[in-house]
Amino acid sequence: MDIHEYQAKERFRSVGIPVPPGRVVSTPEEAEVAAEEYGGTVVIKAQVHSGGRGKAGGVKLAEHPEEARDYASEILGMDINGLPVDKVLVTPAEDIDTEAYVGVVIDREAQAATFMVSPEGGIDIEEVKRTNPKAIRNLSIDPRYGMLPHQAYWLASFLYDDPNLADQARKIIAQLYDAFVSSGAKMAEINPLITTPAGEVKAIDAKMSIDDSELFRRPDVAKMRDTSSEPPSETKAREAGLSYVKLDGDGEVGLCVNGAGLAMATMDLVAYYEGKPANFLDIGGSSNPDKVVAALEIITSDPNVKVILFNIFGGITRCDDVANGIIEAIEKIDIELPIVIRLTGTNEDRALEILEDAGLSAYTSMDEVVKKAVELAGAA
Amino acid sequence: MAIFIDSDTKVLVQGITGRDGSFHTREMMSYGTRVVAGVTPGKGSQTFEGPNGSNVPIFNGMDEAVHETGANTSVIYVPPRFAAGAILEAAEAGVELIVAITEGIPVLDMARAHAFARDRGVRVLGPNCPGLISPGKSKVGILPGQIVAEGPIGVVSRSGTLTYEAIFQLTTAGLGQTTCVGIGGDPLIGTNFIDCLKEFEADSETTAVVMIGEIGGTDEQEAAVYVKENMSKPVVGFIAGLTAPPGRRMGHAGAIISESSGTAETAKEKIKVFNENGILSAERTADIVGLLQSRLA
Repeated sequence: MDIHEYQAKERFRSVGIPVPPGRVVSTPEEAEVAAEEYGGTVVIKAQVHSGGRGKAGGVKLAEHPEEARDYASEILGMDINGLPVDKVLVTPAEDIDTEAYVGVVIDREAQAATFMVSPEGGIDIEEVKRTNPKAIRNLSIDPRYGMLPHQAYWLASFLYDDPNLADQARKIIAQLYDAFVSSGAKMAEINPLITTPAGEVKAIDAKMSIDDSELFRRPDVAKMRDTSSEPPSETKAREAGLSYVKLDGDGEVGLCVNGAGLAMATMDLVAYYEGKPANFLDIGGSSNPDKVVAALEIITSDPNVKVILFNIFGGITRCDDVANGIIEAIEKIDIELPIVIRLTGTNEDRALEILEDAGLSAYTSMDEVVKKAVELAGAA
Repeated sequence: MAIFIDSDTKVLVQGITGRDGSFHTREMMSYGTRVVAGVTPGKGSQTFEGPNGSNVPIFNGMDEAVHETGANTSVIYVPPRFAAGAILEAAEAGVELIVAITEGIPVLDMARAHAFARDRGVRVLGPNCPGLISPGKSKVGILPGQIVAEGPIGVVSRSGTLTYEAIFQLTTAGLGQTTCVGIGGDPLIGTNFIDCLKEFEADSETTAVVMIGEIGGTDEQEAAVYVKENMSKPVVGFIAGLTAPPGRRMGHAGAIISESSGTAETAKEKIKVFNENGILSAERTADIVGLLQSRLA
């Protein structure tokens, strides 16, 4: 789960990282009031779950309150990488001497939280990785001991020669690790970490992504979820306990599959036969009709979908049970789109009979059912 | 032969009295797995009733359970909030293999649990995995016993039902399996492709391996290089997620092309590296059997 910059900054402040003040507003008038209260130049920053906000015109420097209002009015209602902006952060502009980068992610290979720091901040760190890898220092933190004082200092001293600045950065790096762990994050980033002419080190941007598996024990973080930043169908799927991703473009074949790997393989096979998959949907391991109903409602809420394809592998859950579950679900809701079903595994012959008796097209071959679905989508 | 588990494996079930734990314990016992103990805190001295009148003693803790029964493998059906703790307890109690079925364990908990188990020389399979099965000998986890058959093929995969799909096709085509291993869909897993490939290469009964990967991470690429440099047996591969968009989690917590990774974690890149290293890559799951037969002929 991604959280907004202003929310990540709240997490940072709570562990002591120096972050300039800021106010989140959703109207140009509120932005003007905030700018007036701060006085001087302010930055207006779009709050969306997307990188490249600056490039997209979602970050502007306003020299006086009227300008703050005008820029806020421009940014609110913008679309940044397909995401509507409905909140902006108003924050006093800082005098900047230098810009550095500090980030921490879960590294799959090291199996640990791993820091990456660079004195070249304010730009895309991937760019630095490509063009000047020597300007980056990495360190994995042993999860059993946490961050040790000398490790924070080793990273900080890579950023600054000045002992005063390095000392401030040392604290910030240790605090960032605290924020990372106490938020249940899988990624946290300060870019840029600035120094001011007055010799202060501050975080003027903040980015954080939370491990979904942490949310059950972190209600304060869980409530930061912004459902306005995702399609309503994905909110509904999550609440129904389904794993669903709407694919980009005008996909026509709506998919309902048991298992994540099989769901991806089914999407791929639709594309292999030159069809357009509409979604990823993993319905999980049970034959529960209520889940099937929720899945069908979500799939049919996508207006581009022309055909619904079930691909179910019956293992422990037997195919005949799944067939009965599907029939029960289809009877509960009114669906006009054609439905094709593929069931294979334990008791597949019995399942086919059940489905055919109910007047549904049933298959045991994944290739045949996908070809059929693509054909029906083309004919519709 | 088989890898990791065989008919001598003595299995202990953590969370044996829960809904999933009790169901799958009966499934395992019906398959022939030697389940010797169960652990559920607070339910020690009770007995779990297995199929056909066979009973399994329940213990409060792992230490006692392992010492009393000699269990060498533990399987975990404990809910996410307690699962990492269950792994720590199992590792300390001295089993050799821990199979963690649970999905949704916080990643930071797993980072600690993996380090702890590694220090004690204990192998963890998973988490968020279907477990493993050595047909005709033993199954530990939730893989359906009905779809496997004894034979010479090794199967290793990050997925659940996609693996069943491949196994079912193998079995239908008369290609039985030595062992089928689900290594799990999480970003931090205890046993990776290379660990399994190494075992299959050393196993005298395995003649070829099917390896099923997906988007996210770069385990498949490292495994492909390993295959080229160290394996004499043919390997057929399949990668799911060619149509998966970057930055979106496709069900499994580990099935995500991280936006900072460029193309490194995509299915396209993995297939390319498979091909470069002599792994025949199936475009469709339906092609796996044919490719395997072409390499075995």
